[in-house]
Amino acid sequence: MLKVDKIEVKYGGMPVIHEVSFEINEGELVSMVGANGAGKTTILKTIEGRLHPTKGKIEFENEDISKSSTSDAVRRGITYIPQERRIFTPLSVEENLRLGAYSLKDKEKIEENLEYVYKLFPILKERRKQKGGTFSGGEQQMLAIARGLMASPKLLMLDEPSLGLMPKLVTEVLEVVKKLSEEGHTILLVEQNVREALELADRAYVLQTGRTIQEGTGEELLQSDIVKKAFLGI
Amino acid sequence: MEVLVSQALVSGILMGLVFSLIALGLTIIFGVMNIVNFAHGEFLMIGMYAAYWSAVILSMEPLLTLPIAAAIGFVLGIASYYLLVRHLLRGPMIAQLLGTFGLMLFLRYLALFIFGPNFKTLSKGVLIGKTFMMGPVVIDWSKFFVGLLSLVSFLLVYWIINYTKTGKALLATSIDAEAASYMGIKTEWMNGLAWGLGGATVGIAGALLINFYYVYPTVGILFCMLAFATVALGGFGSIKGAFLAGLIIGLIETFFGQFVSSELKFAVIYALYFIVVALRPEGMFGWK
Repeated sequence: MLKVDKIEVKYGGMPVIHEVSFEINEGELVSMVGANGAGKTTILKTIEGRLHPTKGKIEFENEDISKSSTSDAVRRGITYIPQERRIFTPLSVEENLRLGAYSLKDKEKIEENLEYVYKLFPILKERRKQKGGTFSGGEQQMLAIARGLMASPKLLMLDEPSLGLMPKLVTEVLEVVKKLSEEGHTILLVEQNVREALELADRAYVLQTGRTIQEGTGEELLQSDIVKKAFLGI
Repeated sequence: MEVLVSQALVSGILMGLVFSLIALGLTIIFGVMNIVNFAHGEFLMIGMYAAYWSAVILSMEPLLTLPIAAAIGFVLGIASYYLLVRHLLRGPMIAQLLGTFGLMLFLRYLALFIFGPNFKTLSKGVLIGKTFMMGPVVIDWSKFFVGLLSLVSFLLVYWIINYTKTGKALLATSIDAEAASYMGIKTEWMNGLAWGLGGATVGIAGALLINFYYVYPTVGILFCMLAFATVALGGFGSIKGAFLAGLIIGLIETFFGQFVSSELKFAVIYALYFIVVALRPEGMFGWK
């Protein structure tokens, strides 16, 4: 479904992604792990069209999207749920959700998606008139995920969904990710909780200073020396 | 005395509604892009000339020139964004300030070259020069309709922003442009649209003002400074704030003009502005 082929990405004139390749097949949950500053967010933003690769190619459903704009990427079905959630805090839950469906034209589909996310997160339905800014971090993360789902995404990219949350909420958010994956969503997950991210993943990639240095099933990577040493402290 | 007070109250509110409409465009542009459009007063001047010349050349009823002035303002706003402002965004803050400042001077002196320095005023129109009595208060039909139509225009734009899909997208862009782009919103177009809306609303205000105010190339200076005070008083980017602040400034202007001194009225407006800014730098109604 998504094929990233040897991309280089520059940020402020300096290459921060040197050579990254990976792919995601339909229905997979792929995790990407790596230290802070390894370039994970940059990669997601490049797929979403906020940044563009200076070398290499990104293909989505066999079409080259290396030069696509963000709105084009969203319309193609690639939805990015940004780090730190980026909720529209002065707007209500329902307004936030409807903005998530901005790229959809079919009104029935929008109502259907609204039903779907309200079923997934009943608390959002209860508090649909409330402003996003009145929500706690964990609730805002649920809202951000729900807002992303409103676009009927074919590929859902989650950027550090557990960032800044209490341990109990981290488990809750990752449970949601697992559930979405089981429901058939294709997911690219960037996560700082390496163990959990690898346990969840069908496949995973390890990123180091702008390069993919290892790939495998989640299970394989959990057993690998690099991961054990660098991330799990074993 | 009571008659004078009621008279000032009515005039102040009617004039305040026009100030609100003038400030609306400025606050929309600031809200979406964090840019102060120094050429806002020149947009108003162009709206006034557009209405004036349509009325004179085409012998149109001045009120019917509103759509023309709105369309010219819209195009002017969009053109300013795509031809100038968009490029300024890459530069530092000071480039943005000086950029729209330059646009102001350019349009002002271009108008001076084309239209000459003379004051122009309309003498024909259904509203012009006619008055009616409301109790003891004498009201100009022109000012009454201009206030009313300013209110209608303001509410229409308020409705567009808060209740249409495109308006919501504009609002989302003003809150967090990057997050808005992840919704698939073309934020670049939203910036252009903010300028278009800003130009259209101030164009309408210009076409309304021409019913009782004269136009000349530097007419924008006074109104632009008042609009800055209105926006600062109401809170930068706040639409409700612009509405209330416009009314307050309209009332101060007429009350001080009538009872104290017309030289002092603007000083009082800016003094109030200083007080509000010192106590609440974000303006009376904070942010949005």
